[in-house]
Amino acid sequence: MTTIRVAHLYPDYLNIYADRGNMAVLRRRAEWRGHELEITGLGMADSIVAGAHDLFYIGGGQDREQLLVAADLSSKAEPLIAAVEEGCALLAVCGGYQLLGRRYRGFHGEEMPGVGLLPLETVAGEGRLIGNVLLECEVEPGLRRTLAGFENHAGRTLLDPRARPLGRVVCGYGNDGESGWEGCRLKGAVGTYLHGPLLPRNPWLADWLLARALAHRSGGEPTALEPLLDELEAGAHAVSAGRAQAGGGAAAVRRWPRRARPAGS
Amino acid sequence: MHLRLPLVVDIAGAKVVAALSRLAGAGGGTTVPGKLLCKLDPGAIDRLAAALPAGAAVVSATNGKTTTTAIAAEILRGRARLAHNRAGSNLLSGVASTLLTSRGAELGLFEVDEAALPEVVRRVRPRAISLGNLFRDQLDRYGELELVADRWRRAVAALPAATRIVVNADDPQVGDLAHGRETASTFGLDDPRLARSGLQHAADSKYCVRCGTPYDYAAAYVGHLGDYRCPACGHARPKLDVAARAIELDGLDRVVFDFVTADGSRRVDLGLPGLYNVYNALAAGTLAQALGASLDEIAAGLGRFTAAFGRFERIPVGSKGLLLLLIKNPAGANEVVRTLVEGGAPRLAVVALNDGIADGRDVSWIWDVDFEPLFEGLERLVVSGDRATELALRAKYAGFDTQAIEVVPDLARAVDRGLELTPEGGELVVLPTYTAMLGLQRLVTQRGLVRPYWERAA
Ligand SMILES: [Zn+2]
Repeated sequence: MTTIRVAHLYPDYLNIYADRGNMAVLRRRAEWRGHELEITGLGMADSIVAGAHDLFYIGGGQDREQLLVAADLSSKAEPLIAAVEEGCALLAVCGGYQLLGRRYRGFHGEEMPGVGLLPLETVAGEGRLIGNVLLECEVEPGLRRTLAGFENHAGRTLLDPRARPLGRVVCGYGNDGESGWEGCRLKGAVGTYLHGPLLPRNPWLADWLLARALAHRSGGEPTALEPLLDELEAGAHAVSAGRAQAGGGAAAVRRWPRRARPAGS
Repeated sequence: MHLRLPLVVDIAGAKVVAALSRLAGAGGGTTVPGKLLCKLDPGAIDRLAAALPAGAAVVSATNGKTTTTAIAAEILRGRARLAHNRAGSNLLSGVASTLLTSRGAELGLFEVDEAALPEVVRRVRPRAISLGNLFRDQLDRYGELELVADRWRRAVAALPAATRIVVNADDPQVGDLAHGRETASTFGLDDPRLARSGLQHAADSKYCVRCGTPYDYAAAYVGHLGDYRCPACGHARPKLDVAARAIELDGLDRVVFDFVTADGSRRVDLGLPGLYNVYNALAAGTLAQALGASLDEIAAGLGRFTAAFGRFERIPVGSKGLLLLLIKNPAGANEVVRTLVEGGAPRLAVVALNDGIADGRDVSWIWDVDFEPLFEGLERLVVSGDRATELALRAKYAGFDTQAIEVVPDLARAVDRGLELTPEGGELVVLPTYTAMLGLQRLVTQRGLVRPYWERAA
């Protein structure tokens, strides 16, 4: 049994889209493999201690809450970047995802400093991008999976040319509604607009994050976790994907950009 | 095309449309004539509302507006003939339809969708307005809470000074709307014995409206509603003009409390369960008071009231019964769960989740509901609706045994399955979202168990 140490950043502020659903999935799926999840909430006054966590989670918030935490989060940039550098897993959803970029300019022109962990910038645009989304991801070379979720964001996120997206938008808007890309990947860190919440109907991503966190804890390479019976998860994924296919804005079909094409990690 | 038709023509034409629509079974024809009127003559609503001899009153809230309006109608119906949008058509077109179909009405009493409030208020120019609460609800449809709150602030600021404003002081954003308005009335709960030990997960407005510091709560009652104070700038719950004290919750059947005003107090026996219905009763009673009702009229009306369809309704089915409780957002569903569990936790439940426009396309809110106390008591859970599997996952990751979950997306079959599992003489608890509740309404109507809502509304 391994204890996976999870830092949940600003659980009181960034929790708008069922973020605790994602936490519940991580916890149960670790437990069902005989591991334990030790979740620590990190708030405004708390600092990130080097080596103290294996997995970080940052959820979404309304504009007001996001503004309240932005400066504090950016002051934690150095240890957070170092943690991902040395192999920690990280999942950031919606507002948390935006704040991991270099900057976020809110709807009323508020400038929020970002962490600078992910190579991207976000500016709020006219009109929110709302609806069901289906993504196609190549999480490891040759390992293709889909992600089904729901997005609701005013931010238009632009990835740097060399940045690696999380997935290709099959149906829905994604980062900016135009590029055809969604989310961002960097080593064990995943940023995405997909809530719904994301992990219950996409358990493969939960397992991928857990494998990374376990490897960080034990000091080895990530290995696949033993499979679980995911019938209900598959059912929910199918319904959600169907919703996106029936109603999501169809983004242009694109190939992986050459530089962003997964090549190890 | 905007014609200014003589009113008589509008009314005759639109009534025909309502009758035709009813015959065609298109849901009682409750908004069709209003939509037609809005198209043909957009100014007609203003004129129809202005023609009401006793004026109009408007009720809005994220949770409880249908019940609050229905309670206010029960209190006020002895005083005036009402134009009341009882069928829950709470957008501008629903208000227009009600105005059209309520000939001879003296007082307008309108439940209004929180997003539609600014426009309805601008058009109807109410004498009094009751604002109950703002919870996060269907973010895909309404946008963030702050956005709705901001639209309310601007709508209230534009009201003439004479308009009576009734606000829930226990909700920081809503209570603040009374700030600086002399004719405002505030209501709230004053019974710390019933406070929750801490803020619930889904609590929304927990940061000071003035300075952003988290509030300290002397008592939190429902979600973020309670007796709050900002430790940094001192912004606090305003003084209560109307309060509920000495509250006795009595399971699923009723709640008894003191309705306390500056003019005196009455012990009220309300035939609805839960603290959230105390808020609804306070909102309705305070509004009725602002419209001139006496304390005795208010107490009598509260005592006579029975629930609006599906909000809390018992329907006999042979030797068994259905208990319907609408769920639609985290704060409301939390109170339903709390009331159910405190009234004797059920061992079987049907929960139905749809993702229609009226339910919210985004079903993530079910993860923010504290279902755990309900799940703990259940031996079997039947999940239904278009997103039944999502509910199954919600239960599974709460630690519920998946062997005890039945996924039955079809609503009729799920209710039948639930009834089959219900012992003779027992009651089946059904928690539907809005469109699932409408589906249940059709179901029980087809089976002849209750009259259609538009007939009952007549
Ligand atoms: Zn303050």
